[in-house]
Amino acid sequence: MYHNSKNVWKSLRAGAVGTIVGLGFLAGVSATPAAAIEIQEVESPGGIKAWLVEDYTVPIIAMDFAFEGGTSQDPEDKLGLTSLLTTMLDEGAGEMDSQAFQQKLEDLTMELSFSAGRDYFYGSYKTLAANKDETSALVHAALTSPRFDQQPLERMKAKALAGIERSLKRPDSVAGLAFSKALFPDHPYGWPSSGTLETVTTLTADDLADQHKKIFARDGLTVGVVGAISAEDLAPLLDKVFGGLPETGNLTTIEDVGPQTGVVEHIAFDTPQTSIMFALPGLKRSDPDFVNAFIANHIMGGGTFSSWLYEEIREKRGLAYGVGSYLVPRQHTALWMGSTGTAGDKAPLAVDLIKQQLVRLAEEGPTEDELSKAKAFLTGSYALRFDSSSAIANQLVGIQTEELGIDYINTRNDLINEVTLDDVKAVSKKLLSGVEPAIVTVGPFGDEANAAGQ
Amino acid sequence: MVGTRKAIKTAALLILSLGLAMPASAEPVQLLNAKDFSEIRIGGDVFESELENGMKVVVVPDHRAPVVTHMVWYKVGAADEPPGESGIAHFLEHLMFKGTKNAPEGEFSRVISEVGGRENAFTSQDYTAYFQRVAKEHLETMMRYEADRMENLVLTDEQVAPERDVVLQERAQRTDRRPSARLGETLDQMLYPNHPYGVPVIGWESEIKQLNLEDAIAFYDRYYTPNNAILIVAGDVSPEEVMGAAERTYGKVARRAEPGERVRPAVQILPGNRTVTMEDPQVAQPTLQEAWLVPSYNSDTEAEAAAIDVLADILGGGTNSRLYRKLAVEDQLATEVGSYYRSTALDSGEFRIYGIPKDPANFELLEREIRAVIADLITNGVTEEEVARSQRSMLASTIYAQDDQGTMARIFGTALTTGSSVAEVQEWPQSIAAVTPEDVQRVAAKYLEGPSIRAYLLPPQRETAENTVTQ
Repeated sequence: MYHNSKNVWKSLRAGAVGTIVGLGFLAGVSATPAAAIEIQEVESPGGIKAWLVEDYTVPIIAMDFAFEGGTSQDPEDKLGLTSLLTTMLDEGAGEMDSQAFQQKLEDLTMELSFSAGRDYFYGSYKTLAANKDETSALVHAALTSPRFDQQPLERMKAKALAGIERSLKRPDSVAGLAFSKALFPDHPYGWPSSGTLETVTTLTADDLADQHKKIFARDGLTVGVVGAISAEDLAPLLDKVFGGLPETGNLTTIEDVGPQTGVVEHIAFDTPQTSIMFALPGLKRSDPDFVNAFIANHIMGGGTFSSWLYEEIREKRGLAYGVGSYLVPRQHTALWMGSTGTAGDKAPLAVDLIKQQLVRLAEEGPTEDELSKAKAFLTGSYALRFDSSSAIANQLVGIQTEELGIDYINTRNDLINEVTLDDVKAVSKKLLSGVEPAIVTVGPFGDEANAAGQ
Repeated sequence: MVGTRKAIKTAALLILSLGLAMPASAEPVQLLNAKDFSEIRIGGDVFESELENGMKVVVVPDHRAPVVTHMVWYKVGAADEPPGESGIAHFLEHLMFKGTKNAPEGEFSRVISEVGGRENAFTSQDYTAYFQRVAKEHLETMMRYEADRMENLVLTDEQVAPERDVVLQERAQRTDRRPSARLGETLDQMLYPNHPYGVPVIGWESEIKQLNLEDAIAFYDRYYTPNNAILIVAGDVSPEEVMGAAERTYGKVARRAEPGERVRPAVQILPGNRTVTMEDPQVAQPTLQEAWLVPSYNSDTEAEAAAIDVLADILGGGTNSRLYRKLAVEDQLATEVGSYYRSTALDSGEFRIYGIPKDPANFELLEREIRAVIADLITNGVTEEEVARSQRSMLASTIYAQDDQGTMARIFGTALTTGSSVAEVQEWPQSIAAVTPEDVQRVAAKYLEGPSIRAYLLPPQRETAENTVTQ
């Protein structure tokens, strides 16, 4: 890993330019017993519910929230609409035009951001505790009365279009787009989240208003709050932030879908490193076998400096800098996927090695020793997920959207410790036996690479 | 400087100072002012000490979660490499995971993994750092292994060869396949014609290929010694616990070398504006950058760094900055435009601006307009209100930073390996709060009218490319 040293303070702020390169993939964060975390359930007079962890160490409040309905809610001819919406909520709301809103954000020294996944629309803000009333009024305006003025809309569309143009020239994002399409050829999960040049060009303020109405409703809302605020003070604050949202939205029904298997797609691309992505059907978070699969994945490709893929592809052969795998459970599908990048002439070897490890996991499975080490890591690392207000707020929302229960933090490590070697072997066999992974490669590949002078 | 085992106690004024600003809820928006912030001391009760073998120790207590971040920072980076061996600092960082005479390859990582810890390492021009984040009861174990690899590294050619391939893949991933990163290497080299900051941290490809076991060990033996290292522990521990464990582990490591002063060739600002242009089929929109050498916080002999920080924020630090408001919002000329200050370095700092036109045909126009915004700032100065706004947001960021022990550990590690002291870090809010509009105008005039390097990254065969390139 190397590190471009810039202004440390600047890099703490949004929009900082900085490069940090990991010796390994920093795949997720992790930590230990979370005995110190006490979650309170808070309900506002207006009926908004939230989970709260009180903590007065630093005089700030962090709030994370999620609305059900993400980029898969884009109409097929308006792809990129939800992504565009994430950039327009702080570009003018209520009485404030874009500049006035941005000015107020800065005057209140708050941090506010929106993002969208395939299934959820996320928001997050941090405020100095002293400014909590003013900042909640500002967030309320963004959530309930965004303006979608023409001028900022044109600016954000131009930015989105530029981003799409750039992504079409980058091997990694080309691979990602092709991969989604190959896995879900006839489903919203296969569409490009950011849209296409054609669709984004046509998006209007009316489209944004429709999408806003569709997603922003109280019945799909989940809230997590951490910091210098009591349950008593939070209850009315929740109404200040979320009051006035309609009871229900108008979400499009998304069908359940399984990813395509066995698809192999290669896209030739003139670049010194070939991107490799692979995927198989995984398990949804609610599946009783999910935790077993979670451990199986950790052994195959989840550890920082220890996993089968890391050992075979990086340590023994030096083929890649980063390699890893992960489970991706969604509301309407589930994936087990992984990725790496290697020199073009080594790409066929890397693909073979990945396939070999999948077969090895299905047929032999891990050893008792590997299982106990994986458990030790996964249980020991759980506490590391709770070491800052934002990190905890994020966990509070995730636990709620996955419906894991308010006691999950205390029982989660037991769930992992209860898993047996037979459980891991059984789930590996079930998921991997006789299933061909879908594989997408972008870059030079094998002999073609040699011909290209790689 | 710092007396052995003498704690520097600083009152945690953070909470106190913010108490001042607690508004009654019915009041209109209350803006915190720079004076409220200026009493903040970064890190609160930071403890600072030194072991007998010369290793510095810094402890940043944070008792919210039973977790610690343990870091060892070496005062050596890519800028300290011998000529022709670019990349050796970073390559050695990778090889530090290959085992010692006491702990074979993989043992340390296995121990970390078994307690659920996180680990990694990073290298910059000025420092190399190793860290683990673990439950607090494992801190001393981490220290024992980290102290062991400070003096007992053992390497074989069988380990070195594949790891060199890993580094070449890292270079491919970070640099070779990204046109902007490749152009960045040229820009750095032009900015620093005689100084090692002009050489990429990861190394030139041809030189990485030549690096071997002997190079790595020679570099290790010269720089990895307790008197060249700083221990930083942030998290749920007391200074006493840390000092006890540090003496039992790092305290046993002998001084292995005397690296001496870090003297590098003096940075030269060459007269004249120079331009580099690169075309690449992977470029979607033309991008312009301009860079000036300015003082870093360490090389800042005339107390200008804080004013440059505020300048970078007012000129181009976000959506309320002058560049963005004028060129992205009002004129709709740019999709991206801004400025930033690389302030943390042992030697020179840098001031940079960047811009991407909305319409590629307006590339030259955007550049002229950026110059006009800068010229206006130099001629007419900035307002009290702009300065106050920047101060507020910069100072608020220091409060948000205290929410994360890893961030705090890095702030101190970066500062202490680039010539700053704990006291200077803690007093940074005061120096920002003291900046005036006149200071900002003065540094803008002094530096942004001076020679610069411009870099243009263009899609292939742009019609107007010829004009831009060959002036």
